[in-house]
Amino acid sequence: MRVCRQKFTEALMTGVFYAAAFSILIVFAWIVGDIVRHGFDQINWEYLTTAPERAGRAGGIAPILVGTLLLMLVSLAASVPIGVASAVYLSVYAPPQDRFAHGVRRSLDVLSGVPSIVFGLFGYLVFCQALHMGWSILSGGLTLACMILPMLIRATEEGLRSVPGSYRTGSAALGISTGSALWRLILPAAMPGIRVGLILGIGRAMAETAAVMFTAGGSIRMPDGLMDPVRSLAYHIYILAIEIPGGQRRAYAASLVLVLLLLMITLASNVMMQRFVRKRIFVH
Amino acid sequence: MRKIVALGIVVVGVGSVALADNVNRLTVAGSSTVQPLAEVAAQAYEKKHPDVRIDVQGGGSAVGISSVRSGLSDIGIVSRPLHAVNEADLTATPIARDGLAIIVHASNPLKNITRQQVVDIYTGAITNWKQLGWLDKRIVVVNKEEGRATRELFEKYFHLKGKFVKSAVIIGPNGQAIITVAGNPQAVAYVSIGSAAVAEQEGTKIHRVFLDGIEASVAHVKDGTYGLSRTLNMVTRSRPSGLAKSYLDFILGPEGQKLVLEQEFVPLSTDLKTKKIQK
Amino acid sequence: MILSRLFHSLLRSDRWMSRVLRLAAAVTGGVSIVIFIFLLKESMPLLWRVGPEAFLQNTPWAPTSGTYGFLPMIVGTFWAMLGSVLIATPLGISAAIFTTYYAPRWLASIVRTVLWLLAGIPSVVYGFWGLVTLVPMINRVHAPGVSLLAGIAILTIMILPTIALMAESALETVPPSYVQAGRALGAGTWGIVRSVAIPAARSGLLAGVVLEMGRAIGETMAVIMVMGNTVQFPTSWFDSARTLTANIALEMAYATGDHQRALFVTGLALLGVIVLLIYGADRIEQSGVKEKTG
Repeated sequence: MRVCRQKFTEALMTGVFYAAAFSILIVFAWIVGDIVRHGFDQINWEYLTTAPERAGRAGGIAPILVGTLLLMLVSLAASVPIGVASAVYLSVYAPPQDRFAHGVRRSLDVLSGVPSIVFGLFGYLVFCQALHMGWSILSGGLTLACMILPMLIRATEEGLRSVPGSYRTGSAALGISTGSALWRLILPAAMPGIRVGLILGIGRAMAETAAVMFTAGGSIRMPDGLMDPVRSLAYHIYILAIEIPGGQRRAYAASLVLVLLLLMITLASNVMMQRFVRKRIFVH
Repeated sequence: MRKIVALGIVVVGVGSVALADNVNRLTVAGSSTVQPLAEVAAQAYEKKHPDVRIDVQGGGSAVGISSVRSGLSDIGIVSRPLHAVNEADLTATPIARDGLAIIVHASNPLKNITRQQVVDIYTGAITNWKQLGWLDKRIVVVNKEEGRATRELFEKYFHLKGKFVKSAVIIGPNGQAIITVAGNPQAVAYVSIGSAAVAEQEGTKIHRVFLDGIEASVAHVKDGTYGLSRTLNMVTRSRPSGLAKSYLDFILGPEGQKLVLEQEFVPLSTDLKTKKIQK
Repeated sequence: MILSRLFHSLLRSDRWMSRVLRLAAAVTGGVSIVIFIFLLKESMPLLWRVGPEAFLQNTPWAPTSGTYGFLPMIVGTFWAMLGSVLIATPLGISAAIFTTYYAPRWLASIVRTVLWLLAGIPSVVYGFWGLVTLVPMINRVHAPGVSLLAGIAILTIMILPTIALMAESALETVPPSYVQAGRALGAGTWGIVRSVAIPAARSGLLAGVVLEMGRAIGETMAVIMVMGNTVQFPTSWFDSARTLTANIALEMAYATGDHQRALFVTGLALLGVIVLLIYGADRIEQSGVKEKTG
């Protein structure tokens, strides 16, 4: 009797779990299917390389793609050096049980949970107004840099952790300074972890709207320099969906482009993560 | 590899400093109603003056005012008259006129609505479409957020300040009102005639309703018979000069006013009027 | 090339390297503190004058007239978060259990990939899809369509990948010996999951839930598009509601003076809640680690 009941429960739960998995697959197919169906026929080379017309209802998204790329570049340029440096300090130089290091880690944890709208407020106050950068790629990029910093630092730390300790001890035995050993040996060996962090950071930054809205502006013009405002792809989708009458058709197209870009990025990070990093390094 | 990256960064940095030429740049920010017009006008202007760069930003009329004051923008777009009390320090240049239309879903047979009916709907006195001769369905009232110029005008015209029904769906820009109504047969909203007309052209499932027997069209705003209308202003800190003046002159000129018509707004006469306080 | 010489001599000096790197760490550690200080600085004048009680009282939210009761928004945020977490958690954990214990390898990898892809779709796209597809559907059942329900549905889809992927990681840390022991005792898969895997992965799962809650609370764009943004206490799932985040985003553009300060107070409140959640998640995880290694 007990065996029968157990068999029944087992079968039931198996069904439950299959149902859960399939419902997720269905939702995914539904959403992505909708976007592909409505956006597919609008995407061609022209769409990707010309400027928007009629406030975005026609034409392409070239300035927006360029703007988004520049935002990514600025945010990476601002966050990678200082992020890697911090991670190196926390993993390599800080003495164990160091209160300073502990404080920095806690502070980074907090940073990783700040809602994006608060970043938007902060960026607007500090970069656009206090530092007089106005609505610009620089303001947007620096704000995004703050957002991706925790992810980057964590990933770099993981990458460093995976480097065999013998690299350090061997270099020390040879009389090489820690700094040189880091630069020439250890960091290159930690690159896979750093790369993963970069990719995750880019993924998050590209999907961001609230922070970019208040800091990088919303101009659809092709930017000429870092002080120019730009519209990121995510923000463009929002504007097309909500602000421009009749803009929904183009919103589907832009959504498809953004989803495809992000899909490529997340797939790449997934592959890399499975290969080199075993522990959890991401927060969201 | 590293050297290339470093070089690239230097080039971009130097390039941006070199190209950040403030003399030929204009930042325009403000009303989302007028944003499409400002954008096509900016593009047309740039075609004629290739060395100029005009960036247009939305955010609402309030952003227009605050950004001009703080220097974040050179011209603010405001889809209402300036407040005599606390906006007297700014200069408004009217560039077009626009009306506010009541819109409903395409399947809604409502053709005309009276002033009293509008008041009743928006204060919650009428709550069901059957009271207006349609199906027994709840009216979904769509209202704009408080700070929006469109709402201000609507409030004033219908004397609704403080009396809005609480359960209304709140939206921001015109586009959001339009898409809400298009997706909901029971909804009613008020939007700029320009936005509504363009949306209808694009096939969006809404239609404008006659107000007190007058059609909510560009023609009727122009000849004054449709009373629910407003002036669209470009606001500057002081009398427009230099690049700002040139851009405004362009909009007020024949090409610009043609663009105004294309965006379904009402063109003004072609002489440039700049007043300190816009009534 | 002087820079290069300088850099390499820096690398050779451990003392200087340590100092420079410490500075870098201090800067990154300082960012969240700076954010906090800025928020505080902007909200303080108002908080000092009216006190935090002004925000929690049952007065209407009309900052332009001096009342700051943001309880309706807190309730909106709360229900949106609770609803989505209640649905996404079992669903996400089930998916993780599925890929770890039930699915054949090819199916597990498909589901896992789909979860990663879902995690990668930006919130505006979810919001847009919700607005044009989900909202009209809900409207056919009960007006107005833009509602708490729509918000919960979209948030659920958004946080599902988070909990699923974290649960998967947590389940992977369950020592295989536990599972083998379970099988040796004759337990079926569900039996093992129920009595061995879930308890063993408990802390990781809980940490995932807490982080999920943080994400649901912090979401802005998607909720603006689908929840209706009405400042009212929602009395049914079909009522239009506004969250704290949507409030900030919508009103920030035109708020001045005290109104703007009130929004910063909202931001501060959000920050506070999320910090608490993060600490909670961290402590839960730490206790789990202690359990396994201690």
